[in-house]
Amino acid sequence: MIEINNLVRKFGNKYAVDDISFLIKTGEIVGFLGPNGAGKSTTMNMITGYLSPTSGTVKVDNIDVFLEPTKAKKKIGFLPEQPPLYIDMTVWEYLSFVFDLKSCEFNKKAHLDEVCDLVKIADVKNKLIRNLSKGYKQRVGIASAIIGNPEIIIFDEPTVGLDPKQIIEVRNLLRSLGKDHTVILSTHILSEVQAICDRIIIINEGKIIADEKTSHLNQTLGQNNRFRVKIAGPSREVLNLLKGIHSVTRVTQDGARDGDAFTYIIEYSGSVDIRKMIFTALASKGWPILAMEGVEITLEDLFIKLVDAKGGNK
Amino acid sequence: MFAIYKKEMRSYFTTATGYIFLAVSLAVTGFVFSISTFFNQSPTSDTSSYFSIILFLMMVVLPILTMRSFSEERRTKTDQLLLTSPNSIFSLVLGKFFSAFTMYIIYLVLSSFNFIFLYIYTPETSSPPNMAMIIGNYIALILLGMCFIAIGIFVSTLTENMFASAVITVGALFGLLIINGIGNLFTGEAFYIVRVVINWLSLFARFDAFVYGYFDIGALVYYLSITGIFLFLSERVFQARRLS
Repeated sequence: MIEINNLVRKFGNKYAVDDISFLIKTGEIVGFLGPNGAGKSTTMNMITGYLSPTSGTVKVDNIDVFLEPTKAKKKIGFLPEQPPLYIDMTVWEYLSFVFDLKSCEFNKKAHLDEVCDLVKIADVKNKLIRNLSKGYKQRVGIASAIIGNPEIIIFDEPTVGLDPKQIIEVRNLLRSLGKDHTVILSTHILSEVQAICDRIIIINEGKIIADEKTSHLNQTLGQNNRFRVKIAGPSREVLNLLKGIHSVTRVTQDGARDGDAFTYIIEYSGSVDIRKMIFTALASKGWPILAMEGVEITLEDLFIKLVDAKGGNK
Repeated sequence: MFAIYKKEMRSYFTTATGYIFLAVSLAVTGFVFSISTFFNQSPTSDTSSYFSIILFLMMVVLPILTMRSFSEERRTKTDQLLLTSPNSIFSLVLGKFFSAFTMYIIYLVLSSFNFIFLYIYTPETSSPPNMAMIIGNYIALILLGMCFIAIGIFVSTLTENMFASAVITVGALFGLLIINGIGNLFTGEAFYIVRVVINWLSLFARFDAFVYGYFDIGALVYYLSITGIFLFLSERVFQARRLS
């Protein structure tokens, strides 16, 4: 469906995208993950034909984006990082302009109504875009990307700047779009790709450092090998006790004191569930556990792991 | 191309741009027209001075039409929508060009009503207006206006700031006007080539034939070429930007 071969993009002497290749199959939901400036937007801009690559090719359905741009662009709906809205237009005027611009062959009114319902903007369709909230503007942007029912939908950081409720709505929308479209989205939030995507491509400094199924990635990273535990008791002795537990690799104290309780981060290796051991060890001393939760792995942790793993392989 | 044309025409009339252009140019035109004919010291139906003033006016007001063209799209990042839509860049440029050109034609049509009055109330001291001259001048205005618009659109692709775009366009047009005079300074055989080059660049040197009511095919081709070249260059700017 989308075939990217040895794509390189230089800005001046700096490599924004440095020789990346991957293949995305029809119907996949793929997440581009990486810190700001990793080359996610540049890659997306090249797939959509907004930027030309320094070298390499992008093919959509076997159509080269740079040789036959008009044909290829018809298959792609794109929402850039900043939604490209004309703020002097009403939502309806804007969408009908986009409809004309893409020279769609549907019944205009029916199609636009359908799109408005899907992204839930039917109630603001006669409002000027300048008067809409950020969340609505984002949804108008999403609407413009899916007008014409393109086979491939590309979203650049679709949830940035939205409030938590809107983020959930947008994620649900993306998941439902993923049922009959190929979706590529970029983000720097790990939990977002884990929630939506089938596959994750991690980019750092213009290079792909991981390209795996989401489920596979979760497994290999062993998500729950860290706990945050809040324990009431003398800190030094608690620390020593925790360190003594079998398969615990590291214990650090974290955060402020709360009465006589401290928070500790416990890291362990292996697949044994050590929560019971922590409980019995502390119970025998009479130090109560006030809270215990798994620490979600962050993008930074993931990076350190992946970079380490790569170094180890060499 | 038609989608962008429609959008541009709409935006001329929903933002102030189109109204400012029409109001300013029609007001000045009406004033200049009455001063140069009915209220002249010796009332006349000779409109040659009127047309040369209108030409200057167009150098200042046509950039109002083109200043936003691509500058605004870049500033608001809506160029990403246009450039990732299934349209060739050249068709986008043409859409922008024809919308500005349509506004210009609207102005020319509205301003031509002046001549109806001149025809009906020809000053007694003067012969009826010379229709060949008037039509010739109109053709010349249309052709030169096309060049001005194409140059304005080209400049607007270069900057994100619409005021810079307007000022640079006006400056460039005046530059081309001055070049006409500079060419005349190089007299003598030695400067023959210099004169040829400068004359080739001079938009205004070819204006004269039309003014006297002659139809100059060479000039027609020249003006259409200049328009085409600048529209082509606008397209190249976008191609180049994608690569840089």
